[in-house]
Amino acid sequence: MQAKPNPSEEVLLELQDVSMYFGKVTALSEVSLQIRKGEIHSVIGPNGAGKTVMMNCISGVYRPQKGEVRYRGKVINHLRPYERAKLGISRTFQKVEVFGGMTVLDNIRLGRHIHMKSGILSGAIYKGKTAREEIEHRKFIEEEIIDLLEIEHIRNKPVGMLPYGLQKRVELGRALALEPELLILDEPLAGLNLEEVEDMARFILDVNEEKRWQVTCLLVEHDMGVVMDLSDRVFVLNFGNMIMDGTPAEVQSNPDVIKAYLGEEDLYATRA
Amino acid sequence: MQPEHDLNKPFDATAEITTDLTIPRLFYRQAKRFGANRVAMREKEYGIWRPITWQEYLDNVRAIALGLIRLGLEPGDKVSMMGANRPEGLWAEMAALCAGGIGVWLFQDCLMEEVRYIIDHSDTKFLFGEGQEEVDKALSVVNECPKLQKIIWDDPKGMRHYHQKILMSLEEVKALGRELDREKPELFEQLIQRGHGDDTALLFYTSGTTSLPKGALLSHHNMLSMGQSLMSVDPCFPTDDYVSYLPFAWIGEQMMSISCGLQIGYTINFPESPETAQENIRDIGPHVMFAPPRMYEQMTRTVQVKYLDATWLKRTMYNLASRIGYHMADLKFQKKPIPPVWRFLSWFAYITVQKKLKDHLGLSRVRNAYTGGAAMGPDHFRFFHAMGVNLKQIYGQTEVAGISVVHRNGDIKFDTVGLPIPGTEIRITEEGEIITKSASVFKGYYKNPEATAKAIRNGWLHSDDKGFIDDDGHLVVFDRTKDVFTLRDGKLFSPQYLETRLKFSPYIKDSWVIGDRKPFITAVLCIDYSVVGKWADERKMNYTNYQELSQKPEVYDLIEKQIRQANKDLPEAARVYRFTNLYKEFDADDDELTRTRKLRRAFVEKRYKEILDALYSDTDTVHIDTTIKYEDGRLSHVVTDLAIRTIT
Repeated sequence: MQAKPNPSEEVLLELQDVSMYFGKVTALSEVSLQIRKGEIHSVIGPNGAGKTVMMNCISGVYRPQKGEVRYRGKVINHLRPYERAKLGISRTFQKVEVFGGMTVLDNIRLGRHIHMKSGILSGAIYKGKTAREEIEHRKFIEEEIIDLLEIEHIRNKPVGMLPYGLQKRVELGRALALEPELLILDEPLAGLNLEEVEDMARFILDVNEEKRWQVTCLLVEHDMGVVMDLSDRVFVLNFGNMIMDGTPAEVQSNPDVIKAYLGEEDLYATRA
Repeated sequence: MQPEHDLNKPFDATAEITTDLTIPRLFYRQAKRFGANRVAMREKEYGIWRPITWQEYLDNVRAIALGLIRLGLEPGDKVSMMGANRPEGLWAEMAALCAGGIGVWLFQDCLMEEVRYIIDHSDTKFLFGEGQEEVDKALSVVNECPKLQKIIWDDPKGMRHYHQKILMSLEEVKALGRELDREKPELFEQLIQRGHGDDTALLFYTSGTTSLPKGALLSHHNMLSMGQSLMSVDPCFPTDDYVSYLPFAWIGEQMMSISCGLQIGYTINFPESPETAQENIRDIGPHVMFAPPRMYEQMTRTVQVKYLDATWLKRTMYNLASRIGYHMADLKFQKKPIPPVWRFLSWFAYITVQKKLKDHLGLSRVRNAYTGGAAMGPDHFRFFHAMGVNLKQIYGQTEVAGISVVHRNGDIKFDTVGLPIPGTEIRITEEGEIITKSASVFKGYYKNPEATAKAIRNGWLHSDDKGFIDDDGHLVVFDRTKDVFTLRDGKLFSPQYLETRLKFSPYIKDSWVIGDRKPFITAVLCIDYSVVGKWADERKMNYTNYQELSQKPEVYDLIEKQIRQANKDLPEAARVYRFTNLYKEFDADDDELTRTRKLRRAFVEKRYKEILDALYSDTDTVHIDTTIKYEDGRLSHVVTDLAIRTIT
């Protein structure tokens, strides 16, 4: 495979001196990060480094006490999660957060809700524009998501009955249904077997590179093999402090990073 | 002009097929006859069944065939195809034939080495792959196959970084073809008028249970005469539906989609993905079906497992209906009249249970379901008849372009494979070998005159299968000659028979029976991971993987019970006396099975020699220290002790 074209210089998301405290615990301390349009930017760090807190600050689950979160140059600190979703920020969760009793299709449709224009009343009548709109959405889900993620065979199965690896895929599908500009993936590979990891890595690349999508990805992940292979840039976090932000090669050779991970052999260990 | 060459004359399915008819001429005439009003094929895509008319079928084949000509295809060049069952695959095959080429199909799950062997041995010039996976395989062997000139793909997924010169998309090939069509509008018809029925149409690589695959050369006439003979026994209609989901590299699928499908013009339906095949069969409800026994075994298992999960009321109803069904099936097998009471009971069983059951399995409309390619046990066979499905055994092989023997309606015996189809002669040699003579007997093996001379002697095709003809004239296939056992009491015995009996248990996925000239019979079993796993979950048993689950004493108890069931009403010497559960399933990628999932005995005997020895010693465990190779090339070291149990 050839290397993909360089991501543009346009900054999509920016964190500036963001700090977050829980009581006396500093979860994030003056963290700054720039994500450029079109790149896959990974965040790594030991357990408890504050990675998920950082994601929560971006998606709006938490509001940082200090600092600014800017999206396309606009400060979004005050916006609620659904308002940020409308701007084009979508995410998956470390532990899958799907609706177990609903089918795969319904879970994905839920992610589409933001793009539905017709209301309850016209939905009840279901004529003309409303019907057309629904067909458009159906087409999008089938052709762009189900086909991409290869989940035709489980379309009508309740998500709760599916193995974990497939649930993760469904969650990605729901995040994609939003047609996001920025996709936050919080440990998308945790708990998957090798084959599932390979599939998921491929989906992430597809979503990032395929002309149809070209979604900017913010990836939190422990699997260093995958992180180093996929990422354009890697951001290293330790106890709420930024250690460095650079290309995978730079990160791998940085003594501070190695020190922070000292004793954690799995930094450079890929899956056997 | 020969009448067969008249492309405007509609094809008459009742007239005898002469050697002037070729597959392309038949295809062209049928496409003209059905035109834009009839659906030739359907594919489920993006959740919707999408029809393709005969006119579109013809247009696509025309464009691809001319595209191949423009790319330099000469008569007799080999064109290989690899990929899932989909319209593009069939178009490519038909286009290759129309352009004067010879079609070669590869199994989609072929390993690199097999792909290299077939591409190289067949002298393939063009390869149609479906998408990235096939292209990757082809690219990795391209340096060792200098005759390969183009690799053509049709699914763009994941292909964005592939820019090799040898690659080309199907759309580009079609565009080349359309361009040539505009320059020479008569060319396609001229191509179709070339060729003769005795020319080679397909080169079929048989999955040898013993050696490297051999390439069987099948002519147009071989294929078409076979199809006509089968259709004269069990007619199909243009309004029928057929689901194509088994590999095209298997002769049975070619027989249904090309030999029979083209003559009748029924609609061929392609599933959305291999995983959805069973569901899609239910969508369609085909009228005719042909599958190897493992597909029917799988359906049986599905029913058995659902039964275990069902409520008391449902189980009771099912038991009642199946008792009625079995009685009805026995009456039918014995060709006895059905008393009115039983007619009523049978109707009751149909209304309450069978109707729904058949619907779930996609068998509601099936007129004829065929099974062949391997042995099917009587238990499975009776199971389907008890459900009211008209299941028939066939006997055939690649070398007769499909089948030569089949059951007739109202004359079905579950231990035979039926009567020869019209135009076919079957005899048994003095050694007990089954030999066949018909217009469908193949032309020989490609680049292998010794094997050809061994297979065809004085016009008779020697099958290497042992069998006999019973009092009703039905052929009974015993087993492969080299597989037949001699038991300790001197009797001959077919291991396949016992293996299929064991597989009737939902908990046993595969079985391997040993005992040729041994003091007793033993078996190596592969448990069905999902079914046994569920059984274990219900009993709150802990296990982490296949290997651990297979070695649980409780699982041994369960399997022992299944074996006792299979041993019932067998003579003493033919019963399984000792068995072990293997730590993994048999896999075609490990060469333990052929691509059509037949056990390769010689290979497993060598590979599991220590298990074999332990089964015939007085130990209760066998220590295994081995390396397993996974599909992705990873190696895993397995150290375990397999328990061996003696059934007393």
